[in-house]
Amino acid sequence: MNQLTIKNISKSFGSTTVLKNVSLTIHAGEVHALLGTNGAGKSTLMKIVCGDYERDSGSILYNGEPLSIRTPSDAKKAGIGIVVQEVDTALFPALSVAENIWADSVNQSPFKLYSSKKERKKTKQLLATLGIPLNPDKLASDCTLSEKQLILIARAMAQDVQYLILDEPTAPLSIEETQLLFHLINKLKKNGVGIIYISHRMPEIEEISDRFTILRDGKVHLTAETKAVSADEIITNMLGSAIGNKKERKRQVSNHTLFRAENVHVPETGKNINLEVNHGEIIGIAGLVGAGKSETALALFGATKPQKGKIHLHNRTYRFRSPRDAIDAGVCLIPEERRKTGILLDFSLSENLTLPSLRRHSKNGLLNRQKEENYASNQINQLGIKASSTRQPIHHLSGGNQQKASIGKWLDADRNVFLFDEPTKGIDIKAKTEVLSLIKQLADEGKGILYFSSEIDELLEISDKILVMYDGEITATLTGDNMNQSAIMQAATGGTTIEISS
Amino acid sequence: MKSAAELAHTQKQNAIVTPFKDKIVHFLVKYGTLLVILALIVSFTLLNDRFLTYSNFADILRSISIVTLVALGVTFTLIVGGFDLSVGSTVSLATIASAASLVWYRQELLIALLIPIILGIVIGLINAFITIKIRIPDLLATLAVMYIVNGIQLTYTKGFSIYNNMPMDDGTTAPGKFIPSFLFIGQGEIAGVPFPAIFMIFCVILVHLFLTYTRAGRLLYMTGSNREAARLSGVAVQRYRTLAYVLSGLFASIAGIVLASRIGTGQVSAGAPLLMDGVAAALIGYSVLGAGKPNALGTFVGAVLIGILLNGLTMLNVPYYAQDIIKGTILIGALAFTFYQNKREIKM
Repeated sequence: MNQLTIKNISKSFGSTTVLKNVSLTIHAGEVHALLGTNGAGKSTLMKIVCGDYERDSGSILYNGEPLSIRTPSDAKKAGIGIVVQEVDTALFPALSVAENIWADSVNQSPFKLYSSKKERKKTKQLLATLGIPLNPDKLASDCTLSEKQLILIARAMAQDVQYLILDEPTAPLSIEETQLLFHLINKLKKNGVGIIYISHRMPEIEEISDRFTILRDGKVHLTAETKAVSADEIITNMLGSAIGNKKERKRQVSNHTLFRAENVHVPETGKNINLEVNHGEIIGIAGLVGAGKSETALALFGATKPQKGKIHLHNRTYRFRSPRDAIDAGVCLIPEERRKTGILLDFSLSENLTLPSLRRHSKNGLLNRQKEENYASNQINQLGIKASSTRQPIHHLSGGNQQKASIGKWLDADRNVFLFDEPTKGIDIKAKTEVLSLIKQLADEGKGILYFSSEIDELLEISDKILVMYDGEITATLTGDNMNQSAIMQAATGGTTIEISS
Repeated sequence: MKSAAELAHTQKQNAIVTPFKDKIVHFLVKYGTLLVILALIVSFTLLNDRFLTYSNFADILRSISIVTLVALGVTFTLIVGGFDLSVGSTVSLATIASAASLVWYRQELLIALLIPIILGIVIGLINAFITIKIRIPDLLATLAVMYIVNGIQLTYTKGFSIYNNMPMDDGTTAPGKFIPSFLFIGQGEIAGVPFPAIFMIFCVILVHLFLTYTRAGRLLYMTGSNREAARLSGVAVQRYRTLAYVLSGLFASIAGIVLASRIGTGQVSAGAPLLMDGVAAALIGYSVLGAGKPNALGTFVGAVLIGILLNGLTMLNVPYYAQDIIKGTILIGALAFTFYQNKREIKM
């Protein structure tokens, strides 16, 4: 039987070791789930297998023969394909489905004449054998996320890929779309394709995978048959003892409504959002990737388009036409894409920290550098940001410190409502703890917090109440004992709507 | 996965380990442009004994004053991440406008200054409207405006230059002339220093102070560096982009006034060659003292570099058409260091 063997692979970035002697074997015709918490090394391993990153040591073998994989095209030639999580990065939006599917073969022989008629025919055949209901002439830019994923799978199959990596493929999919995908995966299995399946969703792992490997701290923790191990055991093995249990938070939340969104329209999802936050309350907003959390946060902040709907805040009614309006009213947003939109990478730490309150650090339009530096160094101390000076370029700081700056710039007196969008994304465990305690502290000061996240553990730790989003809408409101993993997952995957009043 | 933290970490390591080669690169990035200027002065002095004279340097200052004014405007649009191709045409239109108001309509100084300045501001507003509201990419939008403005000044003059005592359509001679107070702007001297040079230095310092020490200056840079991040932090990014285009038009029109005054006629399309020189000066400015971004002092140094180069080459009888080859080469050199370093430092 054919098999792909990953043997003793190690990889470090700078002094951080990400993978330590990782070995695993994928058989032809099996679905091998690759599990692990964020930061366990799954993506790095897969990037090495696909030739995206170079490994420091170790080898990749096909039936015992070592493969030389140094670039993505090496991996493709060796019969290893990947469907990345951000499907858009792998597609050509201006080209049709058919052109996208054959992009690799065109790339391999750029001067060969080809007939678009033949290409269409081949595409139709391929899509028919795979059972993918897609029109070959449709532009990739017009396709839904699920269709884009199918294009990528078809593209891999067009290259006769023997091993296919699926990186969290179901995250943006609806239940029907997931079923379609699983149907396709089973078909590929029968054709002898070995599949590496990365996912966080336990029910899926149980349904689709034959074996699994758990990575923990860059090492293989366990490889076993999926049937032999229960879901609970898998989760315990994944988490280890690193993450504690849900902490009981005993906090006084006032009954005074601070912020209320009334029928705020979210243009991307086409849905309207209603929610409210009391003084000192942390509302967790759960939802899987693609549920429309970021879009909702931006719409509440007035950042997408001039707002449709109303915001009630402090007994006043607003309609934010721009982020500026929201900020003037005391609402602020810590966006998900920290390096892209949360901070300005080209500027210093102090310039970043004083940006929203710059007016206060200037007189008649002239900057008061001294006042600015004082304010910044004060903030740096309070937030525990590790930096050599206030003038240090912010791109030199670590992700956690950048995130603290991204939050810290809002910490002058005037802000009342904080919208956090995935604030712990890409930062280490220590920084995460610090960020979470900072948020709790804000709540204790009476601020209203909306905490958008797909990290259920964090939501359970920090929230007073959890709203679950599915497909752009808030489908469940959970409080007290009803706030638990399974209730959240059920609602987040489109399960029954639960409405529990406190 | 932990990429942000890791990147920061590896960058830190890079910063600590600086071998000798990196030190040289660093030194060249910072002082390369100034060294080139010094080298040019030394070699031109050795090659031509008239180069290092007071009158020649006054000449150089006079000739770069107009380029610097245009380049300061271009600097503003570059700061907000935009581009303004219409500055050359704006210079031409402003030249014609002041000449026409003096010669054709016999107006006094104030009008001859105000009309071109208002025109420059209006062109800036139009550029801003097209790029920001209609959202045509800046390069394309200002290209179109460049044609339109150029066409307007040609149509208005029917393609002829405006000069003192010129014959009018009805057979009479033109009623007005270039008045001495207007001519002083481009030709006058204060204590032996050409007035346009003094004015230029004043503008450079003013823009430098504005960009470095005011809130608006900081926010212009932030808008250009990352528009979305700035917007989410509450910066009125559209307002600052508009400001940049308006200032670009304003400085181009001031340059047009100085140009009209210096040559004492309203020459059609006189501003066309200034576009590229202005852009080149602003781009060379990136590399001055390792700024890595558009800045007023750098722009001035860029203009000085181009001015000295052209003056020296002319003295050495290098034909003007061959001078462009050298200009382009210098530009590549200046930009190479800036962007090579940028890539290593920030982008990773």
